[in-house]
Amino acid sequence: MTEKSQDWPLYEIFIRARSGLDHKHVGSLHATDAQMAIEHARDLYTRRQEGVSIWAVRSSDIVASDPGDADTLFEPARDKVYRHPTFYDIPEEVKTL
Amino acid sequence: MYTQGLDSLGKDCLRDEAEVIGRLEQRFQERVDAEEKIEPKDWMPDAYRRTLIRQISQHAHSEIVGMLPEGNWISRAPSLLRKTILIAKVQDEGGHGAYLYSATETLGVSRDELIGQLLEGKAKYSSIFNYPTPTWADVGAIGWLVDGAAIMNQIPLCRCSFGPYARAMVRICKEESFHQRQGYEIMLRLSRGTPAQKEMAQQALNRWWWPSLMMFGPSDAESKHSAQSMRWKIKRFSNDELRQKFVDHTVPQAEYLGITVPDAELRWDESTQHYRFGAIDWNEFEQVLKGHGPCNRERLEARRRAHDAGRWVREAALAYAAKQAARAESHAA
Repeated sequence: MTEKSQDWPLYEIFIRARSGLDHKHVGSLHATDAQMAIEHARDLYTRRQEGVSIWAVRSSDIVASDPGDADTLFEPARDKVYRHPTFYDIPEEVKTL
Repeated sequence: MYTQGLDSLGKDCLRDEAEVIGRLEQRFQERVDAEEKIEPKDWMPDAYRRTLIRQISQHAHSEIVGMLPEGNWISRAPSLLRKTILIAKVQDEGGHGAYLYSATETLGVSRDELIGQLLEGKAKYSSIFNYPTPTWADVGAIGWLVDGAAIMNQIPLCRCSFGPYARAMVRICKEESFHQRQGYEIMLRLSRGTPAQKEMAQQALNRWWWPSLMMFGPSDAESKHSAQSMRWKIKRFSNDELRQKFVDHTVPQAEYLGITVPDAELRWDESTQHYRFGAIDWNEFEQVLKGHGPCNRERLEARRRAHDAGRWVREAALAYAAKQAARAESHAA
């Protein structure tokens, strides 16, 4: 406890559950380097065959949008309903459209 | 006049700030009421953040200290299969601690700091892990009762308003079911075994029954954090509701084993469709919480010893990573 605080760097872990699926964020862990991050991720997040592939990214390398900007970023898409196929009325007789 | 003017200016600023916080708090509560999840970078009241840091880190410490009573039995488990099962269970507990420390870190506190609080004896962890495990049947009783009570507590936490905690709990709950079932199976084997084995199972139930009921925490009337945590949807059910549910589930399981719950007042109440049970000795709970349980000192000493013994490994890993990074840099240059 007199030990100087030397928390190992934080890594975000992404797991591909099966081939054909995207890697999905599962959590984070501490490791001294990328190789250890992968090894720890295997022990921590795939003890029950939860994955076939692991990505590890230094948390400090992730750039994130600010929740405070959510309105300015995402609001403009709200009134653009014409981007969705259901916006258009097509007569029932017209098939395969 | 001049100073007076300054004074009132200062008060105006304060009032504005209080108003802003009030509006933010109202907006926060509306989001919680609408069952929206709160994520780490979202605005949250300081008290909500503090409550979560306290609760999630205590939960993480409990997982880590919880490895100790069972770890003692790995080398003495009665067969190779039981040893491998127990190693897997203890490894899960370590994993649960790691998920939960990560969730706490999203609130702006470092894992080092939290582990420091545990080792210095400043942090609390579940009082249940301060009881000893004198026989193999205790390992069965822990899986069945302690992990059973933990599941009862944790399933509602999967819907907790704080996203990272809720997601960690989903992972944990999936794994706890294995823990509970392997424990009950140990109890089942013993209760169908020789009279001595059955007696061992009975004694373990006697030891773990009341401490398991205490795991749900003080009665609703006594619980100081309950009401606010319910409003913030950190908590979904009261301590007494969860305790009752646990008793209702567990008594028939004990009957199936053919062993007796150590409570002379226990009886089925036809009118409420619940079991009624005797009074809990809250004095014992308080004593264990304050550090006077049978194994408090032993548990912390074991944690400190492990932490100290692992220091050279942590330092070597850091030194190795620094050397590799320097080597890569000089190659690149």
